[in-house]
Amino acid sequence: MSSISTDICIIGAGPVGLFAVFEAGLLKLRCHVVDALPQVGGQLSEIYPKKPIYDIPGFPSVLAGDLVQNLMEQIAPFHPTFTLGERVEKFEKLDDGSFQLTTTDGTEIHCKAIAIAGGLGSFEPRKPAVESLESFEGGKGVYYMVRDPEHFRDKRLVIAGGGDSALDWTIFLADVAKEVTLVHRGTTFRGAADSAEKVKNLHEAGKVRLVLSSNVTHVHGNGTLSHVTITGNNGEPEQVSVDAFVPLFGLTPKLGPIGEWGLEIEDNAVKVDTLDYSTNVPGIFAIGDINTYPGKLKLILCGFHEAALMAQGAYKHIYPDKKYVLKYTTVNGVPTL
Amino acid sequence: MSLDATEVRVYVEDAPGQRTEIVAPTDMGLSLMEVMKASGYDIQATCGGMALCGTCHVEVLAGPSLQEPSDDEMYMLESLPVLTDASRLSCQIRITPRLDGLVVRLMPQDA
Repeated sequence: MSSISTDICIIGAGPVGLFAVFEAGLLKLRCHVVDALPQVGGQLSEIYPKKPIYDIPGFPSVLAGDLVQNLMEQIAPFHPTFTLGERVEKFEKLDDGSFQLTTTDGTEIHCKAIAIAGGLGSFEPRKPAVESLESFEGGKGVYYMVRDPEHFRDKRLVIAGGGDSALDWTIFLADVAKEVTLVHRGTTFRGAADSAEKVKNLHEAGKVRLVLSSNVTHVHGNGTLSHVTITGNNGEPEQVSVDAFVPLFGLTPKLGPIGEWGLEIEDNAVKVDTLDYSTNVPGIFAIGDINTYPGKLKLILCGFHEAALMAQGAYKHIYPDKKYVLKYTTVNGVPTL
Repeated sequence: MSLDATEVRVYVEDAPGQRTEIVAPTDMGLSLMEVMKASGYDIQATCGGMALCGTCHVEVLAGPSLQEPSDDEMYMLESLPVLTDASRLSCQIRITPRLDGLVVRLMPQDA
């Protein structure tokens, strides 16, 4: 468990959250960035890193992944710190107006202002509609991501899914686990052709069992998972003994615990004042896709604008008695903290 | 409906037998996802219409036949936990005059 003290805690390491570090840095405010994903970039890294974006000023075209890299380079002088792979779970407003946040892994962050730049929320695993699945979560046999492959050493696994993630982990875990069964609803894989070929070869070599045109329809066990039912599209069920079931159907965004912080919410987004993108809770700001206001456009460039005004607002909140004079970077360059 | 119609009617089935009509312009290059979103339907459409997130998944229940899904659309659909023979990504369905009378239902995200 670690403890961090900073001026602004930015929740969300997407492009808007990263640029907020820059704008806050210009005002000599220190930032700590938290994101539930294990890497920075938000949707840009998670969903479309290789897609070109055409509406970033100054870039006729830029790959989403490259934009993230450039933003990281741009904010480097301000030495932001990061907590990645953890979600802010607990929120407490202290008597002096500052905030104490605690993540899912127990990291504690003390800050004077919060900028929520959480996009559409935290990305959470997309779960299949299997009854009682939840009762085997939390280390009891159902895992929605592979954090440590060693956890599955010499175990019997059923992986479900038809995308790259299901194929990649099937290939990797074939050498780690005792048994790997890959269950896929269809008959072909549209993931990387090379990965699909490798899985087919592993199947032919007897190292992976491939069950096509089928779904995992039931999970069973007494406290911990003991077996699953795989049902073919023809309705024929089969019981398979397992130690772990790993459904890999990608991620879907959820607003998460932010929805319980007393913030004014409208249509799953946080209502803000466009003066400085402050919320109804003093000291908490919301920028980017997670906020809403009349005329809202969910564009990265709008999020950048919001980040600049948010930083001014946060500065005034943190230093109510100091007067801020806007300085252009062309005059003074980029200051460092 | 003539092939040069400037608007079409599509229907969203909110519950079995309960269909809501949406009138959509055909000359703006909109997708079904955009039209449903503009009509207040709770569609995340995280990727903005690039067939990359699967959060605008619909099932086509009735109406005119549609163009075959592209490889990108099929790739995304196949990675979702639930797929029916009539599954489509609404962001990949363009509003054209021949779409008149289409009936869809939104597919749940966690099912």
